[in-house]
Amino acid sequence: MSTIKFTEDHEWISVEGDIATVGITDYAQEQLGDVVFVELPEVGREVAKGDEAAVVESVKAASEVYAPLGGEIVEVNDVLDGAPATVNEDAEGAGWFVKMKLSDPSELDNLMDEVAYKSFVAGLD
Amino acid sequence: MRYLPLTETDRQAMLATIGAKSVDDLFKDVPEAARNSASIDLPAHKGEMEVERILSGLAAKNVSAGSVPFFVGAGAYKHHVPATVDHLIQRSEFLTSYTPYQPEIAQGTLQYLFEFQTQVAMLTGMEVANASMYDGSTACAEAVLMAHRVTRRKKAVLSGALHPHYRDVVKNLSDFADYELDLSAPVIDGTEDLIARIDDKTSCVVVQNPDFFGNVRDLRAIADAAHAKGALLIVAVTEIVSLGLLASPGEMGADIVVGEGQSLGNPLNFGGPYVGLFAAKQKFVRQMPGRLCGETVDAEGKRGFVLTLSTREQHIRREKATSNICTNSGLCCLAFTIHLSLLGEEGYTRLARINHANAVKLADQLAAVKGVELVTSSFFNEFTIRVSKNARDVIDALADKNVLGGVRASRLWPGEASLDDLIVVASTEVNTDEDRAAYAAALSEVLS
Amino acid sequence: MSGMNRQGRSSGPGDAGPSVHATFTGNKALAQEEALIFERDSGACGVDLEEPQAFEDRLGGNRRKGLIGLPGLAEPDVVRHYVRLSQKNYAIDAGLYPLGSCTMKHNPRLNEKMARLPGFADVHPLQPQKTVQGAMALIELVADWLKELTGMPAVAMSPKAGAHGELCGMMAIQAALEARGEGETRTRVLVPESAHGTNPATAALLGYKVDAIPATEDGRVDVAAFKAKLGPDVAAIMLTNPNTCGLFERDIREIADALHAVGGYFYCDGANFNAIVGRVRPGDLGVDAMHINLHKTFSTPHGGGGPGAGPVVLSDALAPFAPLPWITTRDDGRLKFAETEEQVAALGGTSFGRMTAFHGQMGMFVRAAAYMLSHGADGLKQAAEDAVLSANYVLASLKDVMSAPFEGPCMHEALFDDRFLKDTGVETLDFAKAMIDEGYHPMTMYFPLVVHGAMLIEPTESESKASVDLFIATLADLAASAKKGETERFKGAPFLAPRRRLDETLAARNPILTWSAPLPAEAAE
Repeated sequence: MSTIKFTEDHEWISVEGDIATVGITDYAQEQLGDVVFVELPEVGREVAKGDEAAVVESVKAASEVYAPLGGEIVEVNDVLDGAPATVNEDAEGAGWFVKMKLSDPSELDNLMDEVAYKSFVAGLD
Repeated sequence: MRYLPLTETDRQAMLATIGAKSVDDLFKDVPEAARNSASIDLPAHKGEMEVERILSGLAAKNVSAGSVPFFVGAGAYKHHVPATVDHLIQRSEFLTSYTPYQPEIAQGTLQYLFEFQTQVAMLTGMEVANASMYDGSTACAEAVLMAHRVTRRKKAVLSGALHPHYRDVVKNLSDFADYELDLSAPVIDGTEDLIARIDDKTSCVVVQNPDFFGNVRDLRAIADAAHAKGALLIVAVTEIVSLGLLASPGEMGADIVVGEGQSLGNPLNFGGPYVGLFAAKQKFVRQMPGRLCGETVDAEGKRGFVLTLSTREQHIRREKATSNICTNSGLCCLAFTIHLSLLGEEGYTRLARINHANAVKLADQLAAVKGVELVTSSFFNEFTIRVSKNARDVIDALADKNVLGGVRASRLWPGEASLDDLIVVASTEVNTDEDRAAYAAALSEVLS
Repeated sequence: MSGMNRQGRSSGPGDAGPSVHATFTGNKALAQEEALIFERDSGACGVDLEEPQAFEDRLGGNRRKGLIGLPGLAEPDVVRHYVRLSQKNYAIDAGLYPLGSCTMKHNPRLNEKMARLPGFADVHPLQPQKTVQGAMALIELVADWLKELTGMPAVAMSPKAGAHGELCGMMAIQAALEARGEGETRTRVLVPESAHGTNPATAALLGYKVDAIPATEDGRVDVAAFKAKLGPDVAAIMLTNPNTCGLFERDIREIADALHAVGGYFYCDGANFNAIVGRVRPGDLGVDAMHINLHKTFSTPHGGGGPGAGPVVLSDALAPFAPLPWITTRDDGRLKFAETEEQVAALGGTSFGRMTAFHGQMGMFVRAAAYMLSHGADGLKQAAEDAVLSANYVLASLKDVMSAPFEGPCMHEALFDDRFLKDTGVETLDFAKAMIDEGYHPMTMYFPLVVHGAMLIEPTESESKASVDLFIATLADLAASAKKGETERFKGAPFLAPRRRLDETLAARNPILTWSAPLPAEAAE
């Protein structure tokens, strides 16, 4: 059974066991516009919570995606290389960015659940 | 004033709309102490005639290349530019247009940039080229920074025959960013052991071809050695006409090619504006600096062109940009591409053959002069001679005889006594038999 | 994720709408289609060169084998190709460019004539210096005018563009700090949020940490916030004045003094110098280094993207570190380059090095000289005043039908935002594209980032009142139209330009950066 949490920077993180999948939310992809490129980190890299984990590019902007929690990058989504539009089409599914082995899964508790995130987003606009 | 259309009546009407009494009210935020225009000590406006007289007077105090036998190169070359080029670049829509950020009304600019990129890629034997940089030297420095990004290393190995200005511009950027440079003493005859200087910390090797002293080099072995250590080969081409006759850097294994495009379409202009060429392998495209023009379609499905991959650039990436560069060389780039279009395959390759033929003739004639030794055995349109007197005095004396005979190596390498008797001599299609005879005769007199 | 572009806007082509009367050629009278030059290859040649007689080459075996692939055309076809391309471009000679911070003023043709005098255009940078005294004197003339206009004691002439000038100024500052022994400790550069992207890019290139200074409600640097950020680790501030909102930083002296008190240096981005040239000297405001865009304030042509020139005026503190080459006068009155660090040291300087091969953008210096001599001190002052007057006229005329974030007066450019388009369904981008159909290049959009949907308008002093009036009336008409809900005018715009909106998403997702020969068609079986 996986847990999904969200950050105020519009990242989602879905945990199964000690592997977490990270991506950006549907709200985020809509704000960005057409995604044209995603710069993904190297497999094996250690990232601390808050480190830049990826960069999402639209035509007119580049936005950093931060690691919501610390850990080691174990897999990156190669599909995005030839098909960056996947992020727009299915941000919270096939448009995932990286899979990480978490160093401290308990940090998850500090993140928002889906209900909290939805109300956070409603408050933004 | 002829460039200022507003009349006093206009100004009063505008002030009335604004609700201000005088234009001084609009400058109210300027601190009192700084409202100081009275202390600006410059002359009042002048009519065209007077401006022409002043500037023509200054221009007349220079010896122009076209007025004497002319053999000066070392990174900028005198070539014949067809009359069509200068006429076309002065069309209002090219000369006075802005950067093509609104592509719907800038397809003229965008299409010629796309054509330029393609031509540069063809000449250099590379897969992709950008829409130009300021000049060859800054393009070279940007290439080194790009190599550091791509390889994640920080040491560049520079050839001892790289143009000293290019070396210095690379050094300037490296010093400020804490990168490492492996430099060498000048290498006059093209035989340096670059391979021995490449190690696991090397991000790139930078070689000029033909080199500063004129030597034409085969870079295949250096390319292989660099790649074996995970480093990139950067080739700098200061005389772009050479690629009409020489094997391209791409063929020889270059990863990045930078160059000076001034030779095509652009006059000597006392050093600027010039046009930097930058080409690389496709896989490195997102690490490339500078503008890129790409093909796309419009809402009606028609082919069109736009600036693209802009997220590399400063106006979007800000701190994380690949470079801080904002402009390209626009009009100089247009002049280059028009000239190359007029030349075409046949003209460009023939132009290169003429340049080489002229250089061979001149080299033989000068070598026959007593006190002259030809130092360069393989060259394109530039070679180095050793003279029996101090090169500085020789160049000076030749100038007094109205021959501009070349560049003394010691001007660019001061403090290297071994170069004090060397002159780098360029020979292009503009030189005639009379020019060559005049040079040989003058040199003979000077050295006797 | 942060830095997220909340002004995410469409980069696709949108919906085309109904199509116009089609022709056989695809041309529309004078608006002609033009293929790529590679597609017009006829195998002809546009020059006549005589093949040299056969001889043994000296290329060391490095001769090119195989074709390059360049297209060949005769001269008439080359001319037609580029003339047709030119007809697809907007240009200042054809119409107003309201581009804020670009200063698209008239480019005098006298400048072009002077730049082409053989004594300037046909001289090599490395000719013996005694043969180019006039060229060196021209550089000195421009240098003297720049120093006098800015009230600064020194100027570095070699930077090739504004961004290059920024790099020069910041390098001089870093060199000065290192000479003081503070190179390691001063690691922070303060930059307003409203700054142009080149500012933080330049600082980062030199290894500085960029610290953003917020703005106040009236669009200027928050002086209190700025002072709170000061400390012994601050190397410099990079300020634009007038700022990118078109407003004069009235606290600039206070800012400069506070910065100098902690030992930092003041870099000024001179992009907006046109507002104050001839009236205010940045040297009197406490500036240590300022680049000047000759292609903005001094009318050298934009040329479709370049070349520019970015000389940098320097204070006494920074002058010794100026890049190579310097020009000095010998005892016998002759001008001489100091081209190496040793030669500069002999003059008491410690140049930080060389930024470019040779001496700088001579061709642009000649053009700027013609402009300066033509205007004179009185003309330049008048130009600045007319530029400021015209921008305020635009602001006053449009602030009630559009929305301006800051109370006037502004300087040479007027800033609007997209509040007036709220609930119309029309965004800043659509508004701008509809301007194209009306015969105008859009204004600067979405910059500065500190207001939403920014529209920055700079008419410059070279527009007649009639021209500005028509521009104002057009924007007023567009604004009224948007508010009436006439979205069709905007959503598919431009309708009348040589191309409709282009698919920038496709261009970025699938970059095609060079032409390739089409593959030969498969033979039918």
